[in-house]
Amino acid sequence: MAEISKDQVKHVANLARLEMNDQEAEMFTEQLSSIITFAEQLNELDTEGVDPTTHVLELKNVMRKDEPRKWITKEEAMKNAPDQENGQYRVPSILSDGKE
Amino acid sequence: MSLFDHSIKEIEEKLHNNEITVAELVETSYNRIKEVDDEVHAFLTLDEENAIEKARELDRETNKSNKLFGIPSGIKDNIVTKALRTTCGSQFLRNFEDPLYNATVVEKLNAENAVTIGKLNMDEFAMGSSNENSSYTPTRNPWNTDYVPGGSSGGSAAAVAAGEVLFSLGSDTGGSIRQPAAFCGVVGLKPTYGLVSRFGLVAFASSLDQIGPLTRSVEDNARVLEVIAGHDKMDSTSANVDIPEYTKSLTGDVKGLKIAVPKEYLAEGVNPEVREAVMRALKVYESLGATWEEVSLPHSKYAVATYYLISSSEASANLARFDGVRYGVRSENADNMMDMFKKSRSEGFGEEVKRRIMLGTFALSSGYYDAYYKKAQQVRTLIKNDFDKIFENYDVVIGPTTPTPAFKVGEKIDDPLTMYANDILTIPVNLAGVPGISVPCGLSEEGLPIGLQIIGKHFDEGTVYRTAHAFEQATDHHTKKPQLGGAK
Repeated sequence: MAEISKDQVKHVANLARLEMNDQEAEMFTEQLSSIITFAEQLNELDTEGVDPTTHVLELKNVMRKDEPRKWITKEEAMKNAPDQENGQYRVPSILSDGKE
Repeated sequence: MSLFDHSIKEIEEKLHNNEITVAELVETSYNRIKEVDDEVHAFLTLDEENAIEKARELDRETNKSNKLFGIPSGIKDNIVTKALRTTCGSQFLRNFEDPLYNATVVEKLNAENAVTIGKLNMDEFAMGSSNENSSYTPTRNPWNTDYVPGGSSGGSAAAVAAGEVLFSLGSDTGGSIRQPAAFCGVVGLKPTYGLVSRFGLVAFASSLDQIGPLTRSVEDNARVLEVIAGHDKMDSTSANVDIPEYTKSLTGDVKGLKIAVPKEYLAEGVNPEVREAVMRALKVYESLGATWEEVSLPHSKYAVATYYLISSSEASANLARFDGVRYGVRSENADNMMDMFKKSRSEGFGEEVKRRIMLGTFALSSGYYDAYYKKAQQVRTLIKNDFDKIFENYDVVIGPTTPTPAFKVGEKIDDPLTMYANDILTIPVNLAGVPGISVPCGLSEEGLPIGLQIIGKHFDEGTVYRTAHAFEQATDHHTKKPQLGGAK
């Protein structure tokens, strides 16, 4: 039986870049534990020597020449941006000193 | 005129003979939407002005020989449409008004002069089986609006069932075309993985996702697939195979067809009414000269667990792109970049999306990868091998699409595992990459549609369609219509 702790849930939330308050973390702890427990039925199966499926059709890797071609313009690329300045995406500072 | 009354082929003839105009056709579609969509909520965005303008242009064309000329259609809202809002059913993309390009399937529909009526409602990022995870007003089942339409392509199925459009496109990762098609009494096909380009389909689980058509008849469905299928250099998983004229495989002849019926697909947990409807369908096939035998897909009981590990893992990676930098919403409450990522995602994503991202991130995280993700990929191989083995001796696999007819709104939404179990009969098809179709095969006592699932070999959509079409021609299930808004 899989036991996932609340701390583990908070760690995973951080990896997934999700914010999680205590109440949500508790809910997800319970739900993920039951989903993972359910998933552990796969351990009934002996998969020793079974290749994992990487592609259902066994396609070969697709290569192409690295040639420039027309795609969207810079202006177009900026059209849906939440914030921008001088034709570039604008984001909050990466390091925070706790002040604005 | 009602869009219920005609096949795409009949509409084409009427356009050719100048009995109707594209403008009338498009107007009929919008009128029907105005009449019933307050109840059904199939559409998230309408493109009325552009559609009417395009209809007028098409009416001036002298060459009307395109395959879907003037046909009103709806596009699931996770398929990108240039300059037409694309939300994926998520608040994160509520302001994504101006996508920069069309998905390849949309380009292909445009090239055949189909008319896009609007974008269709869905479970957020295609994660759900009832449309209740749409962050907008969830779609209801046109047969009875107390019931769910299924999901995640619930809007795509409901719009066709309600006679709002003649066909729609959906996407199917674990049953998201076939299950809502079954619940809404329409025809829905998930093609072989790689047959239809995924370029411009907002990725959920890249190794499972496929775009496919939802229609009122098998013939309409085959016609749409002919248009959207085909190799695309913009999708590296797109298969380079010849696309046959699927409509030519609709011969009505299934004499000698060998049908496999997995005992797991009629086992306990499958509603008796559904089981009986499938048994009646098998009798129909017997009367048409086909034979069927019981077989076993021994690993199918592991499919749901396998699917949720693989699809959630892939989703956790795919949805990392929603960071609030380039498009979509950005939280206004953040004072550094990490905070902005977290707050934007947490405010923009709904609960089910977060749950799957969490599950996937956990399954891929250090120390757990082998135990969960790799194990699931190995079991996936076993599930695929089950199908390969059966297809050595049989032409198609037949069973129900879903264990039960549509359930009530609110019935399963509080328990993720119960909701996930609903996809037990459709998920193995995605894991194996084979094509599967759902066609109507009866109504329950409560008057809700039941779906028959027909599964074929890789790239053998022709046989799948032929099998589905023969059943449709021998029965009248596909002619039944919901009594919504006074439709007869």
